Amino acid sequence: MPATWFCACYLAALAALFVSAFRRVDTMTGEILPVWTLANFRILATDPVYRTVALRTIGIAAAVTITDAILAWPFAYAMARAVGPRLRAVLMALVMLPLWSSYLARVYAWRLILAHDGALNWALHAIGLPRASIGYSNWAMWIVFSYLWLPFMILPVFAALERIPDSVLEASGDLGARGATTLRRVLLPMALPGIVAGSIFTFSLTLGDYVTPMLVGGPGSDFIGNVVYASVGVSNNIPFAAAYAVLPLLVMAGYLLIARRLGAFEAL
Amino acid sequence: MTAAGRIALGAACAAILAFLFIPVAIILTYAFAASNIQSWPIAAFSLKWFPETWANGEVRAALGLSLEVAATATAIAVVLGTLAAMAVHRMRFFGREVVSFALVLPIALPGVLTGMALNSYFVFWGIDLSFWTIIIGHATFCLVIVYNNVIARLRRLPGSLVEASLDLGAGPWRSFRRITLPMIASAVGAGALLAFALSFDEVIVTTFTAGAQTTLPLWIFGAIRLGQRMPEVNVVVFAVIAITIIPVLLAQRLMGAAGRLHK
Repeated sequence: MPATWFCACYLAALAALFVSAFRRVDTMTGEILPVWTLANFRILATDPVYRTVALRTIGIAAAVTITDAILAWPFAYAMARAVGPRLRAVLMALVMLPLWSSYLARVYAWRLILAHDGALNWALHAIGLPRASIGYSNWAMWIVFSYLWLPFMILPVFAALERIPDSVLEASGDLGARGATTLRRVLLPMALPGIVAGSIFTFSLTLGDYVTPMLVGGPGSDFIGNVVYASVGVSNNIPFAAAYAVLPLLVMAGYLLIARRLGAFEAL
Repeated sequence: MTAAGRIALGAACAAILAFLFIPVAIILTYAFAASNIQSWPIAAFSLKWFPETWANGEVRAALGLSLEVAATATAIAVVLGTLAAMAVHRMRFFGREVVSFALVLPIALPGVLTGMALNSYFVFWGIDLSFWTIIIGHATFCLVIVYNNVIARLRRLPGSLVEASLDLGAGPWRSFRRITLPMIASAVGAGALLAFALSFDEVIVTTFTAGAQTTLPLWIFGAIRLGQRMPEVNVVVFAVIAITIIPVLLAQRLMGAAGRLHK
């Protein structure tokens, strides 16, 4: 029964997405015509606007993933190896809370913080620095996405680090490796599946977002999601939206296949 | 680790916690701002926007719809997610890999894709967007949350207990009710609470499946974009954080208690 639900509701929907990507809309009536066409893909491939949007989306998703991997590392390390079980449970709860608490509220918080007379400029002014105007820009999106998805990176990295037996690190030390060498040659490779597992979320969630670009992005910071959203909501051109949505699907399919190779699925 | 290393590590962790929590603290504070212009620092505090927001019929209708959607979607997800976890857990052939891979998709694939896929699917069959189309969207990703929680628990449980129960003459249904269910109950509960919180707060998929209806997150999103009724938005955001945090805290208690039980 769950399989039926899942196939009927989700997998069939993905199939419908594929099919409608090859359809086109009657410009007069707005109805979807039952014809096969590559017109949507031709527009996407030739119009430079869509290429820019796609590259921006993928670029920011990659930047956010790298940022989160760097930020998550010391925190996950401290949780897994430097604190007692009681503090670990507290830190775990502190990471989980923002992960499940309202997404929209947290984006909105940043909209207010980064605004011209928001908390960031107030704080900068208080310590004698000039005002920053990063509200409504690609920088703002980078910060907000990194903020939103950080817990998704911390948790799998923590799980991977926690699983490394102490004896491995001791062996590395006994064999003469210094802290930095142990980190690079032992900890990093062993934690890699965790990092890749986390990156699936940071990358994919950024790739499919349109709310954050709308709320904290500026003019000209549209994501793939924004174009899809506008095609459905404003111009009611579902086939075109579907064709563009196929792009993140392909990107993620490739990403998931690579992630599987790197053993990320056992670390999820 | 050296003392300097420990201090640096502690400082980095404190900075990351501040990064995670200061924005939430700030947004909670805004709900008590008296002014209807959003600026920092807040000049005067007041509780006047709370009754004002409660009096707004649109907000109340949206809240009602969101609660209804979250409750229904969670109920469906609990049943299907638990069954799916038990089925996958029992599978011993290679299909298991494929199924567990497919089940991660709704949360691993970008939300706009799920929303768009469902939207074109409904259009394909000529189904009008309604309460039930929202439910289908939400139940699909809520199912995955419950599934993940339950399968993680099942993997840690020894299979020998159910075997013993069967050997002692209990039927499969009785073994499930008396042995498996009590052991997975807290995982199911935690999954349900998280699914509820997730559904209550979802906006990306909902936009594509809601049609003309407005859930609470959709109301907030619309109001922010129009720049209208901002003090009321602050109050609603405050309420949404409060409503989602309660089930999340409860879920953590459930999982924490179970974790101690098994160690």
